[in-house]
Amino acid sequence: MIEGILGKKLGMTHIYLDGAQIPVTVIKAGNYVVQKKTKETDGYEAVQIGIGEKKESRVTKAMKGHFAKAGTPCLYRLTELKATELDSLKPGQQINPGDVFKAGDFVDVSGTTKGKGFQGSMKRHNFSGGAESHGSMHNRAPGSIGSSSDPSRVYKGMRMAGHMGSDKKTVQNLRVVDIRAEENVILIRGAVPGAVNSFVVIKKALKK
Amino acid sequence: MGVIQDIEKGYLRSDIPSFNPGDTLLIKVRIKEGEKERIQPFEGTVIKMRGSGVRATFTVRKVSYGVGVERIFPVNSPVVESIKVMSKGKVRRAKLYYLRGLKGKAARIKTKR
Repeated sequence: MIEGILGKKLGMTHIYLDGAQIPVTVIKAGNYVVQKKTKETDGYEAVQIGIGEKKESRVTKAMKGHFAKAGTPCLYRLTELKATELDSLKPGQQINPGDVFKAGDFVDVSGTTKGKGFQGSMKRHNFSGGAESHGSMHNRAPGSIGSSSDPSRVYKGMRMAGHMGSDKKTVQNLRVVDIRAEENVILIRGAVPGAVNSFVVIKKALKK
Repeated sequence: MGVIQDIEKGYLRSDIPSFNPGDTLLIKVRIKEGEKERIQPFEGTVIKMRGSGVRATFTVRKVSYGVGVERIFPVNSPVVESIKVMSKGKVRRAKLYYLRGLKGKAARIKTKR
């Protein structure tokens, strides 16, 4: 069994279950097994899976050979996940969300968050800033960043303005609400990191 | 987007009449109290409609014992037992927030005939 699957975030909506409105993220997750990593050849057990078809003319020769060996179409995104019972998997095989998860399971979802560009310390680190009026000129400034001549430098890791977003984040313990086999779509309660059409990794929840 | 619309289609209700801001509605709301379920009517003016598909909602305002009460309902919610259009209102804007500042005779809306 594979510990998770790759998905493409399609967007959010809500559904009704027993009269309650439930916000869900819709993720498309039809995967292919591309390569198996075994103890004998690689020293560990894992599986390389891929998602999203890509035009053959846009794939490098090396990758074309890699996909041809597995017998899969040319795929957009590949990732490696831990797996057990490798004998049940073979390259070229399709993995659907229903093979790995069922409704009611808890999952951790990782993705690349939306890029926010260069942001100040209020937005980036939730600093409270200064007063907005009464003559204050300290409106969105970060305040003191350290002591005087004793260290004579700013400590490493000081929270300051800088680039925000576009980094890998994981949201833990989200519930799988439904799996729609005919569309290879998985519905997960709540929001997941990333923009629409970005790729996410859905794994079994670590803490449940 | 096609997949999301397919999912939403399953939750759309066909038994909801069409109405617009300014209309007076009688909404029967299912209320669960422990095991028992009862139906509570809520009658008022639609002052706001927003969203589309399953995510559409509308706001109904009424004045109850001199206190303004506004409730937001999702159009396709199963909590809504039924909706009856009591009268069609003639209004010139989509959001009737100006009603919040009016009371009594001034807060009336002309009916469409």
